[in-house]
Amino acid sequence: MRRLEVVPSLVHGVSVSPLSDLEVASIRADFPALGEFVNGQPLAYLDSGATAQRPLAVLDAERDFLLHSNAAVHRGAHTLAALATEAYEDARATVADFVGASPAEIVWTSNATDALNLVAYGMANASHGRGGPAARRFALGSGDEIVITEAEHHSNLVPWQELAAVTGASLKYVPVRDDGTWTADDAAAVITERTRLIAFAHVSNVTGYVAPVSDIVALAHAVGALVVLDACQSAPHRRLNLVELDVDFAAFSGHKMGGPNGIGVLYGRADLLDALPPFRTGGSMINTVTMEGSDFLPAPQRFEAGTQPVSQAVALAAAVRYLESVGLDRIDEHENALAQRMLAGLADIPGIQVVGPAAGVTRAGLVSFDVVGVHAHDVGQYLDSRGIAVRVGHHCAQPLHRRLGLTATTRASAYLYTSTDDVDRFLAAVAEVRPYFGVDE
Amino acid sequence: MSDALAGLYQEVILDHSKRRIGFGELDHFDAMHFERNPTCGDEITLQLALEPGTDRISALGWRGAGCSISMASASVLAEMAPGMTIAELQSTIAEFREMLRSRGAGEPDIDILGDAVAFHGVSKFVMRVKCAMLAWVATEACIAETSSRQTS
Ligand SMILES: Cc1ncc(COP(=O)(O)O)c(C=O)c1O
Repeated sequence: MRRLEVVPSLVHGVSVSPLSDLEVASIRADFPALGEFVNGQPLAYLDSGATAQRPLAVLDAERDFLLHSNAAVHRGAHTLAALATEAYEDARATVADFVGASPAEIVWTSNATDALNLVAYGMANASHGRGGPAARRFALGSGDEIVITEAEHHSNLVPWQELAAVTGASLKYVPVRDDGTWTADDAAAVITERTRLIAFAHVSNVTGYVAPVSDIVALAHAVGALVVLDACQSAPHRRLNLVELDVDFAAFSGHKMGGPNGIGVLYGRADLLDALPPFRTGGSMINTVTMEGSDFLPAPQRFEAGTQPVSQAVALAAAVRYLESVGLDRIDEHENALAQRMLAGLADIPGIQVVGPAAGVTRAGLVSFDVVGVHAHDVGQYLDSRGIAVRVGHHCAQPLHRRLGLTATTRASAYLYTSTDDVDRFLAAVAEVRPYFGVDE
Repeated sequence: MSDALAGLYQEVILDHSKRRIGFGELDHFDAMHFERNPTCGDEITLQLALEPGTDRISALGWRGAGCSISMASASVLAEMAPGMTIAELQSTIAEFREMLRSRGAGEPDIDILGDAVAFHGVSKFVMRVKCAMLAWVATEACIAETSSRQTS
């Protein structure tokens, strides 16, 4: 197999090197699930793009909270309620800091899908006149345009389809090129004076492509359109400053960054969050309720109706601290090196077609590919028999797969704990797939 | 190589996944059904033809895309079904379904299932059972279509 020279590259102007094998080994020791055996083989977990494994620090933080401070937040006068509220708001501050925002700009949701729906349905409510004059900036009607890309995850696609359907706005999309990527020029050809919102993934969960966020923000803001960034595959893996990027909203999920299930984040610029009508209403989000009507608390509380996932928020903050202790720039470099190793290895295997940017181009630590003549489901089953966990299918991106002429692909995705050994075992197993299924050149 | 994997990918299955008996469209058919497995995207369009004036299957034709298990099970079914009456085909499908739900227990009845016993190993892979059932479920829908037409 071809060996790659790993050259430290420049991330945000600072020279960073990928994690050493020794460092990765010590990180792995923090993730007990990585020590599992699958089908008699040590687990090589290459499905972190779907959900990440959790470090002990996160499990401990959640347990510690539940053992000592568990209570409902923002209500009650007892000591545990105060401790829980403090932990919950501290967690918000930690996550806000992580993305360069202020705490009032961070809304807890159940996951990224929920966060994107919160924006879409908030805008639908604004379009129906809710939220008064302040919310008029979110109101859509016929003639207005929502722009997405052909590469979106269904979670950043279907909510906008629904928003278009209920408001009469039209949904347009930036078509992808043959490799599944798109450029700022491609987006410029679709964005018009009528564009009111553009939503796209910072990093594609299928191609690993990193979108030109600043260029798109400039194009969008020039026509007064809002920018919604799906940061699911970027926030866990690379340094992210949402305020510097100047996006209007952003969404990501806790479970993809070493945190728990059931917790996600919506970032929204403070002035926007304060004007957006709530999507879910009920307890904990109101100011005064009478039998005639109600008024709502300011953001972020106005979006957090009902009893909140407090231990999950606390644990997510622990995940953030864990990632920061390793260093997001180094994680990014590590994953890029692993992706290049995968690409180089896959290029040496006959009958493999990789989706996404060419080798050498910076990309996230994930690679999707087609094994010509073998269905992805069979590829995944074969790899599983070797202890290797990958994702197979359309990865919640049916339009992208349709455009690429594929019904399904196999995706290997890395994280900070992924070792070169994981990647090499994966490559060796992929090389065996076509011979096993009797598919020849 | 793991034995479990060999149990899943029997020679018969790998062979049928390539031969794809019945692949293509029938000139004439009595019922047609499209079936999709939303979790993996596998899909099949299946056509069923009866010998004129009888309830005996004359041919099954299908088109589809999917994994080796779903394609092979369509092929095996298309080979077995012609010559059976609707009632015989229904009981064969019931037997096949029972085998796939067995989680590896019991011995399938080779007299009823023929080559389809090769799918016994699939029953240990819960996530693949739907793959193996795809064409068979589509066939059931075709049968329902023909019988609803006869009674109406
Ligand atoms: C790019 C992208 N967007 C959105 C999502 C949805 O995330 P969740 O299912 O956690 O809401 C995912 C994860 O599957 C993703 O990869």
